[in-house]
Amino acid sequence: MSRKEIDQVTGTETTGHEWDGIKELDTPMPRWWLGIFWATIIWAIGYWVVYPAWPGITSYTHGILDHSQRDEVTANVASLKAARAGRETALAKASLTDIQKNPDLLQFAMAEGKTAFGDNCVPCHGAGGQGAHGYPNLNDDVWLWGGKLSDIEHTITVGVRSTSPQTRESQMPAFGRDAILKPAQVDDLVEYVAHLSGRPADGRAVRRATQLFADNCATCHGAEGKGNRAVGAPNLTDNEWEYGSARDDIHDQIWNGHGGVMPTWGGRLSPEEIKALAVYVHNLGGGE
Amino acid sequence: MHTVISRDKRPAGVGPMAAEGVDRSDAQATNSAANRKLYKSRVPIYPKEAQGQYRSFKWAMMAITLTIYYLTPWLRWNRGAGAPNQAVLVDLAHERFYFFFIEIWPQEVYYITGLLILSAVALFLVNALFGRLWCGYSCPQTVWTDLFIWVETRIEGDRNARARLAAAPWTVSKLAKRVSKHSIWLLFAVATGGAWVFYYNDAPTLLHQLLTGTASYSNYFAVAGLAFTTYAFGGLMREQVCTYMCPWPRIQAAMTDSEALCVTYRRDRGEPRGAHKKGDSWEGRGSCIDCNQCVAVCPMGINIRDGAQLECINCGLCIDACDDVMGKIGQPKRLIAYDTEANVLRRLHGEAPRYRFVRPRTILYAGVLAGVSAVMLLTLTTRHTLDLDVMRDRNPDYVQLADGAVRNAYTLKLMNRHGQARTLRLEVSGIKARQVRLIGDGEIKPSVRLRVDADKVRTVRVLVTVAPQDLAASHGLTFALADDAIGEKRGVDAIFVPGAGK
Repeated sequence: MSRKEIDQVTGTETTGHEWDGIKELDTPMPRWWLGIFWATIIWAIGYWVVYPAWPGITSYTHGILDHSQRDEVTANVASLKAARAGRETALAKASLTDIQKNPDLLQFAMAEGKTAFGDNCVPCHGAGGQGAHGYPNLNDDVWLWGGKLSDIEHTITVGVRSTSPQTRESQMPAFGRDAILKPAQVDDLVEYVAHLSGRPADGRAVRRATQLFADNCATCHGAEGKGNRAVGAPNLTDNEWEYGSARDDIHDQIWNGHGGVMPTWGGRLSPEEIKALAVYVHNLGGGE
Repeated sequence: MHTVISRDKRPAGVGPMAAEGVDRSDAQATNSAANRKLYKSRVPIYPKEAQGQYRSFKWAMMAITLTIYYLTPWLRWNRGAGAPNQAVLVDLAHERFYFFFIEIWPQEVYYITGLLILSAVALFLVNALFGRLWCGYSCPQTVWTDLFIWVETRIEGDRNARARLAAAPWTVSKLAKRVSKHSIWLLFAVATGGAWVFYYNDAPTLLHQLLTGTASYSNYFAVAGLAFTTYAFGGLMREQVCTYMCPWPRIQAAMTDSEALCVTYRRDRGEPRGAHKKGDSWEGRGSCIDCNQCVAVCPMGINIRDGAQLECINCGLCIDACDDVMGKIGQPKRLIAYDTEANVLRRLHGEAPRYRFVRPRTILYAGVLAGVSAVMLLTLTTRHTLDLDVMRDRNPDYVQLADGAVRNAYTLKLMNRHGQARTLRLEVSGIKARQVRLIGDGEIKPSVRLRVDADKVRTVRVLVTVAPQDLAASHGLTFALADDAIGEKRGVDAIFVPGAGK
């Protein structure tokens, strides 16, 4: 052990090392610092006693409080459910139109619907329900399967082309890909569909396609192309195009016959949640 | 046998005579710049209890400020049913601040900002005129330290007795004194923290809850935390808080000048200082007999005769101590006085002292103070009791409808700051809309009446649809909320997005 060396100016011991004539002081830790240091150690020991701390092979030390964050979450969820129970029951009992008329229930349904929408619907329909190519916009006044509260509730419950036995079901044929129509006929139909929504189109092609439309499309889309909600066939005369309004988009749709899938939410979400979702979607602005 | 009282044998605290009838105190100005090292443990100060004009004023200020602090939460103010009847209340749970007839919402937090600006400018002005009056008389740190020293003096005795007790070995009597002192300190500390939480809750209810153990944890934590800081700051740290923790002593150096009234040792009159024997002439020497009484009473542990220094809180206790001594030796009082550094210099140069309260600095501060006060007063007295916020939906930005019409959605917050529920009229104008619809309440044409509960915000959603042929001319609209009964109206302009490429 080296000899103690005391610095004359400060009266503090040095570390004994010297660099270029400079010696480092071995200033002791401040007492407040040491105090806190020891206090934290004592605190930690107390923590081991009170709270779960040491892992074992199959279990762990539980501590005298036997605290568990899992239990805490369960208890919190249970108390939240209890707090919501009254309105939840009211929501279950109320009809969809009753909910619309009761401001308190409406607010509750909107809040629950918004959360459920964020958890389940946003990936396809977008955060604001604005939709995307191939996914319907839920804000507007165009509804493939109906825009009444009950229609929306039913669509959410059974889905579209889903695994549910009651699913809303329809299929647009792939007229080109499956060689139902010749490529030239598909081209003519594209002009006809453009003409339906009031856009300038090649008149001769439209005339050629008139019979083609009546034979192949009118069954679902109607003789005037106004669509049919019973089979989810879109109105072709309006400004809304789920798969795009450009000639190429229309051609692609007639050729390939795209049809989106919406899962069935019955059984996955509670009937109250579905009700709330229906109210929320309806109130996005497009509800009928 | 006779005893010669040498300096060493004299009782602690009593030095040789400074003048007939005036002992020299052995008080050390522990915190004067000359005595203080950069790193040093606190040297305890045992300030002697002064007596005189400024001490009385300081007692009075202590009584007034403590009374205000402790009693304010208990003042009642009737605001009608449904509103709290506490005159001053920070209602965090309901996001309201009540101050007698004023009620402030979180959206109006700029009034608090304004109040802070006012306080700061007022502090600057007072500082430029009279030095650190705030520090000396009304700062909570000063008031509570003074209170704690008062308790200490009552239990342990005055300066010399306290110093002796500190140096004495532990006995039952010392233990009893120390325990009772700290207990009373803690009692005051808990009462301080206890009073604080009353500002945030209904005082009578909370007092009952606190005493029955049913108050929320946050209240107990607040009481405990403030009790701890009060005890530590007022009892243990005292002048260190002012010197090392508070930024104001540093800032005020830039805010003051040599024309500000500060506690000043008039070295023009006091020097050269020295002990004075009875019968000696006062010719050729100063009035200061170097009795050190100004140091003995100083709660900051400084020597005012070193001149202006950042530790000085301008409390004037040294003035009282010196006046007392001057009286005893038959010299004019106010050797230490509220005076200006400039006057000391003027006297040294044989000029008459002048007091210049009107200076560019004070005019500027007073002007800013008056300006900010006027703006605050104007906005407070003319502020609306209703307000309207309009938030346009950004997702989706707009909705294209089947026939080419475009719809924008807006979320409106209707605020009623009135103590009563009101029916307000919402009106949409400035746009040729096909339909303006209020979700849950049907169409607005041209306006709709909506009930907003007392002191509440009501949120509604409005959908505005514009027909295709009108889109080109539609870029904005105005929402207006009116209380026709009292003729109050608030209009908010909003944007209308007519869709892509329009």
